[in-house]
Amino acid sequence: MLSVFEKKKRILRFERKLTISPLSYLIVLVISILLALAVGAIFIRINSFNPLEVYQFMFESSFGSAYGISETVVKAIPLMLAGLGVALAFRMLLWNIGAEGQIYMGAFAATAIALYLPRLPAGIMITAMLLAGFAGGAIWSLIPGIMRARAGVNEIITTLMFNYIAILWVNYLVFGPWSDPASFNQPITPKFPVSAMLPTLPGSRIHLGIFFGLVAAIVLYLVLTHTRWGYEVRVTGESESAAKYAGINITRNIMLVMLISGGLAGLAGMAEVAGVLGRLQQNISPGYGYTAILVAILAKLNPLAVVIVSFLFSSLLVGGYAAQTIGVPAAIVSTLQGAILFFVLAGEFMARFRLRYVRRGD
Amino acid sequence: MEQATVEMRNITKRFPGVLANERVNFKVTAGEVHALLGENGAGKTTLMSILCGLYRADEGEIFIKGKKVSFSSPRDAINMGIGMVHQHFRLVRPFTVAENILLGSNDAGFILDMDRVEKKIENLSKKYGLKVDTKAKVWQLSIGEQQRVEIIKTLYQGADILILDEPTAVLTPQEAEELFKVLQQIAQDGKAVILITHKLNEVMSVADRITVLRNGKFVATVEKKKTNIHELTKLMVGREMPEVKKAEDFSPGGVVLELKNVNALNDKGYPALRNFSLSVHEREIVGIAGVAGNGQRELTEVINGLRLAESGEIFILGKNMTNRPAQEIIDAGVAFIPEDRLGMGLVPNLNILDNIILKSYRKGLFLKGPFLDWSSIREKAESLVKEFDIKTPGLNHPVKTMSGGHLQRLLLSREVHSSPKLIVAVYPTRGLDVSAVEFIHHVLLAQRAKGAAILMISEDLDEIFKLADRIAVLYEGKVMGTMPVKEADLREIGLLMAGVDRGGEMAC
Repeated sequence: MLSVFEKKKRILRFERKLTISPLSYLIVLVISILLALAVGAIFIRINSFNPLEVYQFMFESSFGSAYGISETVVKAIPLMLAGLGVALAFRMLLWNIGAEGQIYMGAFAATAIALYLPRLPAGIMITAMLLAGFAGGAIWSLIPGIMRARAGVNEIITTLMFNYIAILWVNYLVFGPWSDPASFNQPITPKFPVSAMLPTLPGSRIHLGIFFGLVAAIVLYLVLTHTRWGYEVRVTGESESAAKYAGINITRNIMLVMLISGGLAGLAGMAEVAGVLGRLQQNISPGYGYTAILVAILAKLNPLAVVIVSFLFSSLLVGGYAAQTIGVPAAIVSTLQGAILFFVLAGEFMARFRLRYVRRGD
Repeated sequence: MEQATVEMRNITKRFPGVLANERVNFKVTAGEVHALLGENGAGKTTLMSILCGLYRADEGEIFIKGKKVSFSSPRDAINMGIGMVHQHFRLVRPFTVAENILLGSNDAGFILDMDRVEKKIENLSKKYGLKVDTKAKVWQLSIGEQQRVEIIKTLYQGADILILDEPTAVLTPQEAEELFKVLQQIAQDGKAVILITHKLNEVMSVADRITVLRNGKFVATVEKKKTNIHELTKLMVGREMPEVKKAEDFSPGGVVLELKNVNALNDKGYPALRNFSLSVHEREIVGIAGVAGNGQRELTEVINGLRLAESGEIFILGKNMTNRPAQEIIDAGVAFIPEDRLGMGLVPNLNILDNIILKSYRKGLFLKGPFLDWSSIREKAESLVKEFDIKTPGLNHPVKTMSGGHLQRLLLSREVHSSPKLIVAVYPTRGLDVSAVEFIHHVLLAQRAKGAAILMISEDLDEIFKLADRIAVLYEGKVMGTMPVKEADLREIGLLMAGVDRGGEMAC
């Protein structure tokens, strides 16, 4: 408790609460978004645009038309899948910030199936690509996971470094051995056979990946709240010494959680190449893996909330792309993302305090 | 009446959600040893932290030798002659005794004249009978010696109001006896000594006057000569205490836990258990007496599969369980009440339901197919909350919002509801209020009556004498001796705790 100022008989006092309710968190989130928009407005104004017009244009671009909504959903898919993976790892205090690299490795592995086994029938092809995509991401996060579990190597550093390896590996492939001879040295692979493309909702670009994301969110939610293993993850994340005391095998769980976490990001990569691009290319992700970290944190690591927050961030992305077409700098999106995170973290801290105006001695 | 050296008037201090002190009055005069008595959480340490400048009171006034003061930092309090010896010592381990004492005093010039400092320390040391070696490094000293260094440090800084926070918690009975003599000496020299404690026999043996706090409020100040333990208990607790009667004697059954020549290392890699051998039988409580830090933690961890034994064997119900994983030991029917209740025994941010199943979530009881059966878990939790009289804001609230006594009830309820064969209880009542202590003793005795073997580690010899059938004294990771409680003698146990074996030889 902290007396901020004192008058004769009454004082304004901060009182700390131990927990904050989901409702007050939601209020914090809404206020934070508004404050972030206000901060963004300053920068838009500096660039000689009218902030209100820009925001209106961004909003209309992401929600105002069938095409806009379709784009928002499409961009929410990788954020959702990777965000779920990040949320799972963070639940166990495993700071997997390598979702970006895991997306690339998932895309790489799925592409390998499409390119080397082009004659597989559609059902088997998609299943094989799904498994490969999951495995690609999973192996990429399992290696740091094993190093962490067995030798205590800091996973923040290894997962981050692995991002660069994965991105450069994909670059090597699309510039070199997998480069499409017909593309005149563009960094892209040949187009996938139709059997390797995820079906889309007629008249839109929304593909089956949205289904993967929603199913993964529900399954993850049920696993965490209703299974023994999910219980182990929650206990370990809250207190490692309690987990040891309860006889939980922490080493095994670290590896398992990292594996699934990366696998989900790998699925995001698979969905991008098989659902949107139809080929592997350079820069398949504009930082989805990093944005997914923000998504997971703002969703308070709750799988169902990840779904909602990923739509929020994808609409920002879509709106941001549109804003660029009228000349607003692309950095506005990162500015807004960063500002939202900043205000939420500060707001969450403040929501723990209640300001009361009390008589002395009360 | 002569002027008070310290007078605290109407002190109120709030912490979030807690009223730690409420209009407390406290008066100490020079030349007395004044005990500040109260249960844990009564607000003793808070009050003294206000006096020595660590906290600021929300309301109230402090007078030192008649002068109104307002401290904004501990430095102000030190300058007014107030010195506090905290429960956790504040010494720099690689420094010598003299260097530590010099630290924090204004006595050092640009060039250190250690000879002069050492001479000054030796004078103080002689005057009050506080033996120290000024040139020794602090890390080489025993806990008792470190405490003496802390006391000299405050005297060196010119303290004439000396506050000690639970100073005997880390001492053997003999060391405590010696400390009391020193404190009386200091008081006779015209200084005021304030002793924070919750131990009644200490109060009766050393204090001149006693101030009792309860729930943050001032209860009474009494003179020792005009009071007795019975009255003090009543003042401290607020009601008469029924004695926990030990259940009738049992003939212990078969061996449940047997340790044979177990050796284990502590976290720093030094030997913590040395050829430790002990057995605990059915229907038997074995109390481990010993000064904290002599291997208690390592002993309980080794038994529960949380620390590897370097050598030796551990048998549970005749089965060799040495270095088996914790899960197998839990499944063998071992309950463990750890020292660290909130963090190890209970998960602070999870709710009661989650915490109830911490040990049994693997078993069929709480499963429906592959899923946790939350409705039967809730049922179990409800019945335990009722049976153990656990006060909680709700089953879905994080347990960290519960009070210490009720946390321990929750932990205990979980550990005993599955009828364990062996219970390892570490400081089961530390920091709890009297009614919780009583309840926990009652539960442990009931478990003994049901046939459980209980290994209890306690720093409170009274507790061991009350509950245990046998006492084992632990010193530097070894069993110095075991004896039935009926044949045990406090003096002898004290010597064993200090490492002096029965022949009078120092163990090494």
